[in-house]
Amino acid sequence: MSIDKHIVEYVAHLSRIDLTTEELEKISIQLGSILDFIDKLKEADINNVNPTSHILPLNNVLRQDIRGESLSAQKALENSPEIKGNFFKVPKVIE
Amino acid sequence: MELYNLTAHELNQKIKSGEITSDEVIDSLDKRIKSVEPKVNAYVRISEAKISALNSASKGTLEGIPVSIKDNICTQGTNTECCSKILEGFKPPYDATVISKLKKAGAVILNTKTNMDEFAFGSSTENSCYGPTHNPWNLECVPGGSSGGSAACVSSDEAIMALGSDTGGSIRQPAAFCGVVGLKPTYGRVSRFGLIAFASSLDQIGPLTKDVRDSALLLRAISGYDPKDSTSVDLEVPDYESYLSGDVKGLKIGIPQEYFIEGMDQEVRDIVEEAINKLNSLGTISGKVSLPNTKYAVPVYYIIATAEASSNLGRFDGDQYGFRARPKEKIKGSLIDMYEHTRGQGFGQEAKRRILLGTFSLSHGYYDAYYLRALKVRTLIKQDFDRVFGEYDCIVTPTSPSPAFKIGEKSQDPLSMYLSDIYTISVNLAGIPAISIPCGFTKKGLPVGLQILAKPFNESMLFKVAYAYEQATKWYAQKPKL
Repeated sequence: MSIDKHIVEYVAHLSRIDLTTEELEKISIQLGSILDFIDKLKEADINNVNPTSHILPLNNVLRQDIRGESLSAQKALENSPEIKGNFFKVPKVIE
Repeated sequence: MELYNLTAHELNQKIKSGEITSDEVIDSLDKRIKSVEPKVNAYVRISEAKISALNSASKGTLEGIPVSIKDNICTQGTNTECCSKILEGFKPPYDATVISKLKKAGAVILNTKTNMDEFAFGSSTENSCYGPTHNPWNLECVPGGSSGGSAACVSSDEAIMALGSDTGGSIRQPAAFCGVVGLKPTYGRVSRFGLIAFASSLDQIGPLTKDVRDSALLLRAISGYDPKDSTSVDLEVPDYESYLSGDVKGLKIGIPQEYFIEGMDQEVRDIVEEAINKLNSLGTISGKVSLPNTKYAVPVYYIIATAEASSNLGRFDGDQYGFRARPKEKIKGSLIDMYEHTRGQGFGQEAKRRILLGTFSLSHGYYDAYYLRALKVRTLIKQDFDRVFGEYDCIVTPTSPSPAFKIGEKSQDPLSMYLSDIYTISVNLAGIPAISIPCGFTKKGLPVGLQILAKPFNESMLFKVAYAYEQATKWYAQKPKL
């Protein structure tokens, strides 16, 4: 079953992905059949079951507050599509 | 016999004794790559010039041994692109911890990376912006994925050993399809610092090698606590080689009935059952066990992995590195427009599907029904394993329900592709270690993999059982004809 194209459009916007009309059509159908398959999980009895988000019993791993090595600004900017001075340059945020 | 045919432990002995040099090994590999790479396409961005090393060898357990690296593991100054257009031209300013560790162990890092499904999204290495890798055993077939390049280059002798990453089977399934040894370590065993993240509660880096001894050598070199990865665990790393005794007498092996199901390939079933008989003839005691929540593993995985991926891949937006869509008439010029076009043009189809699915299951109104439910069923899957490991030393299963499939066969049907990981996914959800080793060939000459699973941080058990089986059968002696 296909899912509503408006939902896919909305999720694509949340994901910041520009889809072509063709992609929107195709992905709506594919996500529909994947979600149908995932619905199998409704059969599972999850009463009184705690969620597992992480397999290790780790919480709040902290380190000493000591300055370590870090990248120089120049090195951190090396891969940028566009820079200005010591900054990443992007299109206008506020019109 | 050429140098490229040898294993790391064989070469290491010759290098240490002064019989050969590391440069001779690299020359030999270069010759092999030049001759078979046009058929296999295991590497990406390979240049006409001789392959070269990023560092010169130092002394250590892997002295002088070249290691091939998957395209999602950062190598300082050498392109690391996850085989995605969105990371085109990206040269990491630092090495992943596994790379620093390999260099310390004396290994030589090759300057060309191995092919993969874009961002490790796939089971066939067809979703790469550099085109598909071909299975060395049958060039019309896929090598599996997502670490298909790493598995294929080891199988075709274009590499001595390789690193891959495994989120739902991405090391083990290609290892099975290509007839090599692939290991997914326990979650927390190997640092992921410098591994470009896919699903952070599942990802692990691991070795793809020609035999079990090399797997033990390579795993030891990359394992251990790393303050730069808060999920790496501060536990001593055993000398895995000391477990390669061949003695498996009295070990209890669980055979989960849910892994021998209707619809699996009959030949694979027969070959795996024969392998279990072989293990029993070496002294193991096998018994039927049940992992009743196995049927939920694939749906749970595709909720959790895509949710985590949609968050992890948020960083690829054209801001700081990689591809940025250039302003066209269509782009009005605002920041959001730039993001949407960069991501629309930069990601491939499977990446878009997974980001959208993940964003959907985390979005308001769907979170409880999908994401939270999946986390709870994940608990049930983990409890299945805890129960069986209370009684058994390890679990043995097929690695994949079928041998390598044809290129193009499943690429239009995402769901049938997802189902090819049905036997490997539970292992990542439960965080336990598992290894795939060759256990025979189909009548058409395609390799079949045997998967061994053990308790958390008990990789030693995997090596023990895998080595005994390998030495009794010697499937690794068979090589593809290229």
